[in-house]
Amino acid sequence: MGYEKKISSMHLDVLKEIGNIGAGNAATALSVLLGKKIDMEVPTVRIVSFDEIMELSGGADNMVVAVYLRMEGDANGNMFFILPIDQGTKYIRKMIGDDTFTFSHPPYSEMGISAMQELGNILIGSYLTSLSDFTGLHLVPSVPAISIDMAGAIISYGLLEISQTEDCAIVIETSLDENSCRNPDIVNGHFFLLLDPDSFSVLFSSVGVDIDEG
Amino acid sequence: MKGSPETIKVGIAEMKLGLAPDKIRTSGLGSCVGAVIYDPVVKVAGMVHIMLPDSALAKGREPINHAKFADTALTKLVDALLAQGGKKERLKAKIAGGAQMFQFDTKSEQLRVGPRNVEAVKTVLEQLHIFLAAEDTGGNCGRTIIFDIETSLMEVRTVNKGIAAI
Repeated sequence: MGYEKKISSMHLDVLKEIGNIGAGNAATALSVLLGKKIDMEVPTVRIVSFDEIMELSGGADNMVVAVYLRMEGDANGNMFFILPIDQGTKYIRKMIGDDTFTFSHPPYSEMGISAMQELGNILIGSYLTSLSDFTGLHLVPSVPAISIDMAGAIISYGLLEISQTEDCAIVIETSLDENSCRNPDIVNGHFFLLLDPDSFSVLFSSVGVDIDEG
Repeated sequence: MKGSPETIKVGIAEMKLGLAPDKIRTSGLGSCVGAVIYDPVVKVAGMVHIMLPDSALAKGREPINHAKFADTALTKLVDALLAQGGKKERLKAKIAGGAQMFQFDTKSEQLRVGPRNVEAVKTVLEQLHIFLAAEDTGGNCGRTIIFDIETSLMEVRTVNKGIAAI
């Protein structure tokens, strides 16, 4: 049986709180980095098919800038920080002070790429640190990798462990929005946390909830 | 032959069949492989969006989604095409995908899943005696493919290299 059968609404609430704490700290980090106020949406936790995950990031064809890293230690999983091309370009221009930089077509400047890598590193790092503090679990991030391509091509990479035995995934998703942005439809950034199937029980027991409870 | 052409969408780990003048499409192939097997005479074709090289990775979990693994997906696809009037000796394949989306310094097998998917697909096609007519595989970019059942041409779209037909 797949793990999705064992997950109750209480489990989902625990995961939501994890997303809340993690992304809250990351939003603060981003806000400090860019010198502007960043809002965080209430995290969503969903059990979705692989196809639906692509939809969460604007469709499999949608071009994005993504920073990926693998979380290892007591619990394992894949983390993505995903930005639409325009937003990524805007953030990096501000960070490196170069208004000619763009993610819309290569070649991308070395400086811009490493700034993006660093941005992802700081944000995902602060997400994981707070997750680690909250759960008492030892969590280590891998070196971040960056890709500018179709969302489907990128996110499917994070499903490799899960897809071996499962046909759906639990996605802990948090959106970040720039405060100055008046259009609520424009989402500026996404965090995706995709835990490996066998790491859920570790995570739940770390906060005192049994996987078979509820 | 049917009336107005449709574009049939194939999601990740899915299999779909179509008849001319329809087209079949799958989006955002990264390490996954999109494989089309077709009979150019009867003009029937099927596409699978394969995620993993071998159904042994499911570690005996039942039921498995056949379209997810190279071995089971291609076997199922051939069976389905034969049931639709395709002739085994006329079947051909075109494949795309199997990229490495992220570059790491590690030698981990997991990270090589793109190339492994391509190898697995080719091996299974050989075992099934299906001629590989064209491929656009490897590299490090995502692909969207659209197969025209009428002409047997596969359009491969990438973010930075535009559109190619194979």
